[in-house]
Amino acid sequence: PPAHSHSDWIGPPDKHSNLRPIIFYVPPEESALERRLREARQEAQASNQRFWARHNRAFRQEKEEFIYSRLKAKGLEMRDESGQKATLNAEEMADFYKDFLSKNLKKHLQYNRDWYKHNFRITFLMGQVALMRALRWLRRRKKNVEQ
Amino acid sequence: GLFVWRLRNAGVRQIPYRFVHLYHIANNRLITFQYFNFLKRMYVTQYNKDLSQQAKPKSNSIVSPFHELQRLDQEKKVVHKISPVSPVHQSWSEMSSRNELRDMKSAAETEDSVIPAGAGSKEDRQWKEMKLRLDDLPGILARLSKIKLTALVVSTASAGFAMAPVPFELTCFLLASLGTGLASCAANSINQFFEVPFDSNMNRTKNRPLVRGQISPLLAVCFAASCGVPGIALLTLGVNPLTGALGAFNIFLYTCCYTPLKRMSIANTWVGAVVGAIPPIMGWTAATGSLDAGALLLGGILYSWQFPHFNALSWGLREDYSRGGYCMMSVTHPGLCRRVALRHCLALIGLSTVAPVLNITTWTFPVISLPINLYISYLGFRFYRDADRSSSRKLFFCSLWHLPMLLLVMFTCKKSVLEKEDKGDLPGRSRERATEIRLP
Repeated sequence: PPAHSHSDWIGPPDKHSNLRPIIFYVPPEESALERRLREARQEAQASNQRFWARHNRAFRQEKEEFIYSRLKAKGLEMRDESGQKATLNAEEMADFYKDFLSKNLKKHLQYNRDWYKHNFRITFLMGQVALMRALRWLRRRKKNVEQ
Repeated sequence: GLFVWRLRNAGVRQIPYRFVHLYHIANNRLITFQYFNFLKRMYVTQYNKDLSQQAKPKSNSIVSPFHELQRLDQEKKVVHKISPVSPVHQSWSEMSSRNELRDMKSAAETEDSVIPAGAGSKEDRQWKEMKLRLDDLPGILARLSKIKLTALVVSTASAGFAMAPVPFELTCFLLASLGTGLASCAANSINQFFEVPFDSNMNRTKNRPLVRGQISPLLAVCFAASCGVPGIALLTLGVNPLTGALGAFNIFLYTCCYTPLKRMSIANTWVGAVVGAIPPIMGWTAATGSLDAGALLLGGILYSWQFPHFNALSWGLREDYSRGGYCMMSVTHPGLCRRVALRHCLALIGLSTVAPVLNITTWTFPVISLPINLYISYLGFRFYRDADRSSSRKLFFCSLWHLPMLLLVMFTCKKSVLEKEDKGDLPGRSRERATEIRLP
């Protein structure tokens, strides 16, 4: 993002976590409340990134292992004559999906709780900051009118 | 309602306008043809998009060997460095601020007019300023509130209103439709607010406004409140308290029960089916002011319809659900998934037969609706037996035209208000009279 910009910038989805990273703008006179908001957002972003990057990686890895083991059981190679990567069809993959979901359910429940907490906190802080900025703007206008 | 997280925007700009046009004359039979085509187009493009996106991840998947965990941190650093190097981005950062604004606008526009094709689009790879632009706002809010799905929900509510055995009142109808629409917008917005990281990870939903940072969570919540509160107030004060209560309950059920439950247990599908069944009940109570057996029957039909519709759709999305952590029958209990779909197809036949017994329609209704109900049951049976992608797709697409057609047939077979006064009529004569009196 350009150096003179006064707003946050959001980027393309991350390759591993599929989440879009945000670069937060730090205004020169950032109030304590605004700093708390920014830090909360950064923390949530980092935590989400960690979770999903690890989770998606695990998914891909386990999927590869599953395909490999199934193909081996069938006596096939990973690549056929034309060099194309051999894949299993959806019905064969269904066992893997079921297994993966049940294995990770507890992890997801914990993550859900954390995510909801982050989300509510950030939104609430955003509300407070918005209110504070509105009051500040009104006060400034009043001062301009009086002068 | 329930369709919410299943139905999505096709991303084509023109559709919202057609849509507004559509539900203003929702009671008119002439629009049905447009409605079908619209539905088909929306779903076909959407579903095709899903399917084509399903193909993509396979080619994108890392071809590396199994033991790559150690290398990951380095990989990540490399990844972050690569994105700014792309030529488009470089030219972007060199432009003046005015050009930037103009380019961003055109980028946003091209994004909107092209059906979002997932990872392929170049615009997607750029860094965007998180600043709200007022001219983008209507489009963003439309996507946030899932406006097309909302319109479908409103049309099921209108069907409920139309089927109620009372003289048609235009103001009541319009107020009820508007209130239902606002309530649906609110519910959908909150749903998206809750699901940002999950939506980012699923192909179907990764282009939603909150995921892309086009709108802040605070604004999404404010929008939801500014739709929900007036919507429910409108229903409670402008229509009747019962409809308002049902609307509020539906919002609660959808946002606070269904959305979290999706990630906890497969029971979410049943809760979601209730969410979808409530709008027609609301339409009926708006017209009559009371919860009759007729309302419950209409609700029952919508409830049963949800299962073949959703279970068939979810069959093709198993990978995304599994990775995203959603507890869906298609992933965890595939046999149950297909059984339930078939069971409810058959239930539709039963419910259609009950309609004349409750004096909602004439006996021609079960007769005329039998072919379409049998057809969907047949496809349900094929899905049950074959359990493959093609049978699930067939069932899903059938459900898309089945519901509007069923509601239409129901409406044409509606027992008119006057006719109820003398019950001795023969079915043939009663239909003629129904044709005369029905439309205002």
